[in-house]
Amino acid sequence: MPIHEKSLIRKENLVENENLVIDGVDVSGHWSTFITGRSLTDYNDDMQDEIAALPGGENIHRCWQCGSCTNACTVNAVNPEFNPRYWIYLIRLGMEEELLRDKDIIWQCVSCNKCTYACPRDVVPEGVMKATAHWLELKGHTPKSPSTEFDEEFSGQVIKTGKIEESRVIMNFFRRTEQPLAQPWLVALIKGLAFRFPVFYLMRMGMAVVRRPRTRNWAKSRRAINEYVQEVEAANRAAVGAKGGH
Amino acid sequence: MDGSNDLQKVAYYPGCALEGTGHAYNRSTKAVGKSLGLELVELENWNCCGAMEVKNVDPKVQTYLSARNLSIAEDMGFDKVMAPCNGCYHNLKKAEYDLANDPKSVEVNERISAKAGHDAYKPGKVETIHALDWIKKAVGEEELEKRVKNSLKGIKVANYYGCMYTRPRHIFPEKDKGPGSESTAKPHFMDDILAAAGAENVEFPLKTACCGGAHSLSDSDMSTKLVLNIIETAEACGAEVIATECPTCHTGLEMHQVRAEKVLGRKTNVKILYFTQLLGMALGLSASKVGVQENLSDSRAFLKEKGLG
Repeated sequence: MPIHEKSLIRKENLVENENLVIDGVDVSGHWSTFITGRSLTDYNDDMQDEIAALPGGENIHRCWQCGSCTNACTVNAVNPEFNPRYWIYLIRLGMEEELLRDKDIIWQCVSCNKCTYACPRDVVPEGVMKATAHWLELKGHTPKSPSTEFDEEFSGQVIKTGKIEESRVIMNFFRRTEQPLAQPWLVALIKGLAFRFPVFYLMRMGMAVVRRPRTRNWAKSRRAINEYVQEVEAANRAAVGAKGGH
Repeated sequence: MDGSNDLQKVAYYPGCALEGTGHAYNRSTKAVGKSLGLELVELENWNCCGAMEVKNVDPKVQTYLSARNLSIAEDMGFDKVMAPCNGCYHNLKKAEYDLANDPKSVEVNERISAKAGHDAYKPGKVETIHALDWIKKAVGEEELEKRVKNSLKGIKVANYYGCMYTRPRHIFPEKDKGPGSESTAKPHFMDDILAAAGAENVEFPLKTACCGGAHSLSDSDMSTKLVLNIIETAEACGAEVIATECPTCHTGLEMHQVRAEKVLGRKTNVKILYFTQLLGMALGLSASKVGVQENLSDSRAFLKEKGLG
């Protein structure tokens, strides 16, 4: 019998013998398809608790695996490997090795909150995705994702001045992630604008550089927020058993 | 202290995007308000709402940022603040919800507010409304129909609302309350307003699809795919224009429309305009009064052809 669900099984776990006769019966080819057995012993008993301790992960224990999140997911529609329901399953069982196979795409959650809208158990899968991406970084499994770099650049400016200035966020983000600012499509966009309204745009850009937008009397808020953020970061590191700065 | 309890005069929270890439939305919102005899009073010394980024550092910092803005509205004597940007609108709503339901958020807000030297905002004092609520409830379709000078007749529009106007639904307790209220599954306030201005709304299934705005730059390939899907679907539905009500969505659609052409070789022609730009021109304002020249994509020829602006 061919295995109809072959696509669900990883190739390396499928065994097929080209020429095999058992008790005089020819079972060559797909007639001899087997799934290799495996036993798991390396469960990470702390993984769920650690992720639940990070902001957004609090309700992961409520999940009953209905799959509404993955069914509603924006990113899953583009990349079927992006599977929140499956990752929540792995985290709850402590199957760290399996989770790490997908470590480089978990950060790609776009926070559209379709999962949170669909979830009948108030798990807030969007928050769980962010907590999981955060956990992977704190544990050193992944470098800081481009999304984290962007969040940190953006938040840093807000905390510093109370407001952001978009061109500064964009320029600093490209610098942080070592990408050239002169992306062909960005150049095309700016050229189109400059060609249509040169004076207007030069003036606006010049203004933004000279007069940086900021909230007045922000110093006390800045200090209070920074103090709180440092506390939270220390608590997050402690919760996952990570050492030193992040 | 001045202020008012009715919608003719509300506190106005433009937010950072409306001072930058979304300036056309700022300009057109103010112009439409003026044209309809509605008064907007900008929040004094407001701060950024944290957009979609600060919550990933810590959600409670975002609660504080929005709570500070709400307390400014309260101090100015307003019980309503209007935010045209979906991100700002969403975050003010989220702060309101968290401060009413989560003791830890209250604790952190009180702590940071005390150190920052101002009173901590208490929930229930200021109601956050979107520009769509503002126009629909302060004026209404009947009155709009009377005021239209330059009907949008014959213009096929796909109304695009994005994510943060309806999700997650628990932070919008006034929605999904039957006839007259907004729907989170199939929002219609923008459709209603533009229909009153004469537009022909097309049946568009991706009203609340995601444009990938949170990762517009950090995961551009994903955003381009998501935007291209929205744009191509709008075109397949017969739309000539996608009407927007969020600066992140709007800029995302414009940017990735260009990127899809440059990177994927997929050229699309649908125009992208803020609903306030379309409404403003229907009310008789010129294209420059509603900031068409500030849009990244060029829709001047199209508007001229349609006899607008």
